[in-house]
Amino acid sequence: MVDTTDIRNAIAEIVEEVTGIDSAEVTTEKSFTDDLDIDSLSMVEITVQIEDRFEVKIPDDLVTELRTVGDAVSCVAGRQRAGRP
Amino acid sequence: MLVTGYGAVTPLGHSAEETWTAMLAGRSGIDTVDAIDVTGLGVRIGGQVRGFTPGRYMPPTVSRRADPYAQYALAAALEACEHAGLVIDDRLAPRVAVVIGSGYGPVGSIYRAANTLRDKGPRAISPFTQVTTAMDSAVGEISMRLGAQGPSRAQSTACASGADAVGAGMRMISHGEADIVLAGGADACVTAVDLAGSGNARALSRRNDDPAAACRPFDAHRDGFVMSEGAAVVVLEAAEVAGRRGAAVLAELAGYGASSDAHHWTAPHPEGRGARLAVEAALRDAGISGADVDYVNAHGTGTLLNDAMETAVLRKVLGDRVTRIPVSSTKSMTGHMIGAAGAVELVASIQALRTGDVPPTINCDQPIDPDINFVPHRAQHHKRLRVALSNSFGFGGHNAALVVRAV
Repeated sequence: MVDTTDIRNAIAEIVEEVTGIDSAEVTTEKSFTDDLDIDSLSMVEITVQIEDRFEVKIPDDLVTELRTVGDAVSCVAGRQRAGRP
Repeated sequence: MLVTGYGAVTPLGHSAEETWTAMLAGRSGIDTVDAIDVTGLGVRIGGQVRGFTPGRYMPPTVSRRADPYAQYALAAALEACEHAGLVIDDRLAPRVAVVIGSGYGPVGSIYRAANTLRDKGPRAISPFTQVTTAMDSAVGEISMRLGAQGPSRAQSTACASGADAVGAGMRMISHGEADIVLAGGADACVTAVDLAGSGNARALSRRNDDPAAACRPFDAHRDGFVMSEGAAVVVLEAAEVAGRRGAAVLAELAGYGASSDAHHWTAPHPEGRGARLAVEAALRDAGISGADVDYVNAHGTGTLLNDAMETAVLRKVLGDRVTRIPVSSTKSMTGHMIGAAGAVELVASIQALRTGDVPPTINCDQPIDPDINFVPHRAQHHKRLRVALSNSFGFGGHNAALVVRAV
């Protein structure tokens, strides 16, 4: 089991930077749209920053499936593993 | 048509009051540009808005997507509403319009986006780029923040944008489109591209070693205007609405006129054909003649051509009257805030009517017309200032003039 705390913390920081939402509120069970009230434009910006930070690619069709912060954390962790030799 | 409030963000201060106090003190807001890298530029001076903290006026979500020009406009609009005691409730909202003029709009953000595209590729372009880099981003932010549901429009006529926005707002009210209009101008074009471009057009002062003395309107040794930034917004209001609200009235916006030189992109028509048409139209609109004007807040950029042309036009339109009234250029202190200039200068004109204090033209050591009182160096107090004329002439031959009357 990979420790995903660092990933979650980094995503929370990105969310705070883009939306001004306190990173402490960005917990894994929260939904980006329903709980954090993040609009689709901000979501695109957050995704691009996540890609930059973790050096992964998140295809557009996968972005729409990222409902919760936890989904994004798993997605990054999975992509990182897949990217390793 | 009444003016019931105003706000300003300028190189002289972060409010209309701070700006006005600095003007009366004859303080220059021009300095060596340090917000951007000016290495290699021929012109390295400008009027920067210093120490502006967006967080005082807007949440981070807005400041992240809003170019500084829109941030200044929003801050000025909020101050104007507060000054006017204006609360836009559900009943008023559909009758409140917003018109903001800008010569260059969110240019800094456009340049940054182009650099990001080149350096990092299309994926790195924020989806907000489409709102950030649009000419209507200032009006959009203001109408969203205040809930103003009347028409909201951007107005772009170079250096006349601010005055034209106020004129457009005035017409919106007189044509029944709105009861209240937040009108003004904003620009944030102290960028390397703009300093290089206007510098290469030989329009800017190159007095890099003495920034405070660089802008010298109506002085024999003037050598160009100084690029500057800022915003101002005024609250225009139909008289019956202001009366119903019990709003304090600051001045009557009595006349507006606009024209085009149809001559050249950067040089004014040598005889000031267009400028004269605009001033005459504004006086006619106010139902007065040149003999009724008590103060002129001149366009007075400090370029060789403008100041000579404007002086000649004032002599033609105002006749002998121009030698008996104060004529000053507050650009000597603010620099040229492009689209914001006309709006800031309208505020200065109204303040002059309200207080009798006329802001000076600093650096006017050797007046080009010795018969005209350019209010050199120090503010003057004048009794019975009833009518002020504020001129704005721009690149592209855009001309606008506003007439305000004391109440």
